[in-house]
Amino acid sequence: MRLSSLFFILAGIAAGANVSAQSEVPAPAEKQKQPIYLTHATVHAGNGKVWNNATVGFENGIITFLEENPSFKTDETLGKVIDCTGKHIYPGIIAPNTKIGLDEIEAVRSTNDYAEVGNYNPNVRSIISYNTDSRVTPTVRSNGVLYAQTVPQGGVVSGTSSLVQLDAWNWEDALVKEDGIWLNWPSMLSGGGWWAEPSAPKQNKDYDKNVAAIRDYFREAKSYQAVVHPKDNLRFSAMRDLFNGKKKLFVRVSRAPEILHAIQLAEEFAVPLVIAGGSESWMIAGVLAQKNIPVMLSETHDLPRSDDADIDQPFKTPAQLQKAGVLFCLSIPNGFWQERNLMFQAGTAVAYGLSKEEALASITLNTAKILGVENKLGSIEKGKEASLIVSSGDVLDMKTSNIEYAFIQGRMIDLNNKQKELNVKFSKKYGLN
Amino acid sequence: MRKLVTILSVCLMAIELPAQETTFKTNGPDDFREGKHAFTNATVFVAYDKKITGATLCIENGKVVSVTVPATGKEGTSLAGYIRHDMNGKFIYPSFIDLFADYGMPEVTKPKWNEDPQMESNIKGAFGWNQAIRTDFHADRNFTVNDKAAEEWRKAGFGAVLTHRKDGIARGTGALVSLASAKENYVILKPDASAHYSFNKGSSTQDYPSSLMGSIALLRQTYYDAQWYKNAGTKAEFNISLEEWNRQQAIPALFDAGGDWKKILRADKVGDEFGVQYIIKAKGDEYQRIEELKKTNAKLITSLNFPKAYDVEDPYKANWIELEDMKHWELAPTNCAALAKAGIDFAISASDIEKKDDFLAALRKAVKYGLDSVVALKALTYQPATFIQAYDQVGSLEAGKLANFFITSKPLFDDKCEINETWIQGKRYELKAFDAADIRGTYELVINGPEITKATLKISGDATAPKAQFTNADSSKTDVKLSYKDKDITLSFTTLSLKKENRTGKVRLTGNIDYSKNSWSGQGQLANGEWVTWYANQKSGPEADTTKAKTDTTDVTKDLGKVVFPFLSYGNEQIPVPENFLIKNGTVWTNEAEGTLANTDVIIRNGKIAAVGKGLSCTDCKVVEAAGKHVTSGIIDEHNHIAISEGVNEGTESSSAEVRIGDVVNSEDINIYRQLSGGVIGAQLLHGSANAIGGQSALVKFRWGYTPEKMKIEGADGFIKFALGENVKQSNWGDHSTVRYPQTRMGVEQTYYNYFTKAKEYQKQWNDFNAAKVKGAAPRRDIELDALAEIINRKRFITCHSYVQSEINMLMHVADSFGFRVNTFTHILEGYKVADKMKAHGANASTFADWWAYKYEVIDAIPYNTAILTKMGINTAVNSDDAEMARRLNQEAAKSMKYGGLSETEAWKTVTLNPAKMLHLDKQTGSIKTGKDADVVLWSDNPLSVYAKAEKTFVDGILFFDKDKDLQKREEIRKERARLIQKMLNDKKGGGATQEPAPKGSSLYSCGADHDHQH
Repeated sequence: MRLSSLFFILAGIAAGANVSAQSEVPAPAEKQKQPIYLTHATVHAGNGKVWNNATVGFENGIITFLEENPSFKTDETLGKVIDCTGKHIYPGIIAPNTKIGLDEIEAVRSTNDYAEVGNYNPNVRSIISYNTDSRVTPTVRSNGVLYAQTVPQGGVVSGTSSLVQLDAWNWEDALVKEDGIWLNWPSMLSGGGWWAEPSAPKQNKDYDKNVAAIRDYFREAKSYQAVVHPKDNLRFSAMRDLFNGKKKLFVRVSRAPEILHAIQLAEEFAVPLVIAGGSESWMIAGVLAQKNIPVMLSETHDLPRSDDADIDQPFKTPAQLQKAGVLFCLSIPNGFWQERNLMFQAGTAVAYGLSKEEALASITLNTAKILGVENKLGSIEKGKEASLIVSSGDVLDMKTSNIEYAFIQGRMIDLNNKQKELNVKFSKKYGLN
Repeated sequence: MRKLVTILSVCLMAIELPAQETTFKTNGPDDFREGKHAFTNATVFVAYDKKITGATLCIENGKVVSVTVPATGKEGTSLAGYIRHDMNGKFIYPSFIDLFADYGMPEVTKPKWNEDPQMESNIKGAFGWNQAIRTDFHADRNFTVNDKAAEEWRKAGFGAVLTHRKDGIARGTGALVSLASAKENYVILKPDASAHYSFNKGSSTQDYPSSLMGSIALLRQTYYDAQWYKNAGTKAEFNISLEEWNRQQAIPALFDAGGDWKKILRADKVGDEFGVQYIIKAKGDEYQRIEELKKTNAKLITSLNFPKAYDVEDPYKANWIELEDMKHWELAPTNCAALAKAGIDFAISASDIEKKDDFLAALRKAVKYGLDSVVALKALTYQPATFIQAYDQVGSLEAGKLANFFITSKPLFDDKCEINETWIQGKRYELKAFDAADIRGTYELVINGPEITKATLKISGDATAPKAQFTNADSSKTDVKLSYKDKDITLSFTTLSLKKENRTGKVRLTGNIDYSKNSWSGQGQLANGEWVTWYANQKSGPEADTTKAKTDTTDVTKDLGKVVFPFLSYGNEQIPVPENFLIKNGTVWTNEAEGTLANTDVIIRNGKIAAVGKGLSCTDCKVVEAAGKHVTSGIIDEHNHIAISEGVNEGTESSSAEVRIGDVVNSEDINIYRQLSGGVIGAQLLHGSANAIGGQSALVKFRWGYTPEKMKIEGADGFIKFALGENVKQSNWGDHSTVRYPQTRMGVEQTYYNYFTKAKEYQKQWNDFNAAKVKGAAPRRDIELDALAEIINRKRFITCHSYVQSEINMLMHVADSFGFRVNTFTHILEGYKVADKMKAHGANASTFADWWAYKYEVIDAIPYNTAILTKMGINTAVNSDDAEMARRLNQEAAKSMKYGGLSETEAWKTVTLNPAKMLHLDKQTGSIKTGKDADVVLWSDNPLSVYAKAEKTFVDGILFFDKDKDLQKREEIRKERARLIQKMLNDKKGGGATQEPAPKGSSLYSCGADHDHQH
């Protein structure tokens, strides 16, 4: 086993050497210059299809070749060839509903950049806070997460989220799409005391009022769009793309009846809805499937919400949604450093009923669909962007998952990070291999 | 004016008192009265178990003179001088006594929330150090009569209460007072009747204690302080709180457990340490662990505060209610019956019931649910009186006792029984007039006036509220409004006429009843204003009641749900016991030199691993087929905070070495079961990381359904939590928390030197004392320094929350200089930077697999930590500090393969054998080895794989988690919920009050639970 750890390190250095020198914050990779072929791999396309002994080729950042047992012999004249025998290729993982780049150290206020003052902030844009130089991002990327939807928090309407690629010089470079407006749905329960005197939560007496206030805000925002105003209201203006269908409404909501109320709102204003969180979405999976409402599901690695619940409820919620035909993806709401475990949360869902390829889709293609970027991201298909990862083992299982190469738009990215360097530094000090 | 009235009424009260010596002066001629009353022909309950019919109760001067049965024909003789009350058909009961009242006590004001720390008491005067010790309070000196409040009690049948101020951990004394409306001097029956204690610091604004375990420690330390004070301490200081504390040791001690049955056990355990047997106030859930409570020998005061049914009409909202709350709704009324059945001495209190008017109904409910009515009376009279040694005064109607009783027209446990009068200290308080005589029957009414002068009036229906009606010539009916009281009667009805159109306007009659002749007569006014005379004579008595009295004969105790252990969903009706198992053909991860063995059998017998090998047989074993599956020793979590009641931190001072998680283990935590389902068999339950020296740990096995004490691992070494860094120096506690020492890492070091230096000196003091031939007074026992001295003596072992290398280094130096070793650095995220030093020191490491970035001091945390430490030869574990992560520690262990390339064997040991070693439990658990505890898990797959699920978890050979049984239990939970929901719907339909559904509050702790998930 020691041998394999040596191999890991060497592999990392080899991969890094191709792109840039090691550094605490690896430099973004250069644009793909020559065609790249990854050969003899097991390709998990993300759309459910598995290709054995397959070769993936890409040029100018776009996948141009994908064949099982390809008839031609790859050689250096075609471009760069990487033998991936025994390895697995997956689409780059997408982490939705995160604080990556918006938060560096949770307890240090000066590094928290995700919640603006006030209740209605549709106009604040997470992309402006997004820090491409976060020390956290390389630690997440090196586990195969190549995209993230960074999301503002707080208030009632928190702001506008953005999908970014995780290997960029600046936020303009990182931005894939500003994709939606985030709404925190009121809770039917409130209270619960505080840590020293915990008290049982009570029904939120203001719930109906809170919901009505949101509805009123949406009504006013919608009518605002109808004419030109002498004085612009930046907040209402920012809602425009919601009503014209260019952006989605992501509603953070967890309980079944609350989800049903959120659906009523979306239907009233005819806005495309995504349920974010939805820990009780399994209870109303039939409704969600029938209405084609996607769910950006909260952690699989979570505790059941009540003592009486099935002890494996959060573990098996993905399988329940899958079975009911609900489009869903996995997320770690408000996470950032934790995103490096997103693939393992998908792995746990496999132990509780998803197939491995369904689990993979729940962190790749399904996510791309929900974010509206499935035409270019989320699966390994010809014509899509070459954003993929190569792992020496099953990416969903921490026991074997080991990312050797990663490509974003064909660019071979540096998988080094500060933590790997500290490992090397101290292993060297102690003379460990 | 109002004041004048008050003064007058006080004077009157004094005057009305029995004729005995008094120091009070009267204005005007004395008006002493003897208060001689005789209640004849009554059914008298002289005592709870002694009923006399046809008895005469005589009282004088507020006391019982006699209860006798006169010989036939001699009724009423020799009662000269007594005011006679004919109580034929009536019942007389001795008044109830409540031991948990705060009647007449000054109001306790809740302190304003103050964010600034308050480390010292702010009460001025020569009191003790902690504001929650209020032994200086005496109920008798603060008691004032409050007639309005007394009235509430009287209506519920009470004649006397033990009252105290419900404030503080030591609450001072209680006084037995009657509920008479009289001058306090005559109402206080027994001053200093009791001393009161609780776990709740009440209105104290002082920070310490902030947790339940802190309250327990404060009580224990105060007992020791008081002992020292008595023997030697008075030379050192004058301390009112301790003076009073010591005085109060001679009177009955009453402990308000203030919560569920576990707190009764906790209170009793405190008492046991100091040879005190508390009378303990319970809340009414004792039926959930009745056998354990019986073993305490404690007398209990229980409550009849039965929960209302939940409003479960909305199925989504109904989902919020936990099964345990539904079950408690159903079973709470059986509590008293369970106490009686178990042979526990108990008194019943009405103090928790919001409206005292509801008390008698609740009492009857308890009787319907199986409480013997004699025992019920006993629990309200004899028991409370004897508990506080006041049976010579109250609790029965034997000669010489207070004339405290109440009178009813029906037996007390009859649903319709109301208390008509209550007599307290010989004074009558009328509550509800006795029912008037039965006037039902058919009467001929004669009115000397209008068109119709004679009519037939029929009075029927309920004897206490009869209805009256005329039948007109055209056989239509005319209703009569009838009211009567004593000898007065009034009638009003629409004018009687042959012609319908003339039946307008009301006739109103008023008159007297002559009961001896069954006739009425008087005057009245017709609709036109004309005065007339009238009379009515009864022609026939009431018709026999043909409608059968509706008696509720349904046996409510039938088809009740069962008590389960623990009292939660997934609890068991029978506490599981060890069985013998043969686990066949599994891949066995031994964690021993043999390594991982294919196709191997494991025999579990008598709670131990009896054999490991191929082709084993066992005739008396249950066979578990394990082909294709993996068998391992159980996971042990070195760092866990589940199953802890009311506070994981006593972070109010920089050291809280005196507090013990072992005092607050919570067996009723669903996370125990959930973690069993993740293959975890036990854990170190740790104090939090809010201070440099935290509290003592509890090492437990997850024995689901066992009591807190039985979850603790027998004979385990003592451990204690230390902490370093940001939590300790309050970096992330907000701007108000800048007072407590230390605020820097420099100060953290000095805190340790200070405490260990003190502990060393303390130790010497005791050593000198113990060695001295001629003994002086013993030094003061300090339970905080005891714990620290144990560390120095290598009898208690540190688990230190730590992150940054500088302070890890520092603590090892502190330990070296006092000659002990830091047992374990936990979290230890920068351990990899000082691995060589840790190795040299001999410390163990227990780390998070991959956590970081949640605060500044974890900025250099790396997931390779586990691997580096392991490769350096340090015994390394992976821990959870998190109820969720704990149930997939196998996955966390596997991360050390990904990050740093540990072997499967090495990785697996980080959650099994290695934590067992660092908790000094490896001789008994942590590997699959003959003779070790049968702490065994059967996995569906390689346990390090994300796809592996624990299918069976054995602890000490007891199958506590089984995948198949779990599925059955889910079904049972669904069925039981459905049954109870239907029952609640019926209850609501039947007019029962409801409460709105809401989930129970959960208290999940991590290290810095108090401050926003800061681990």
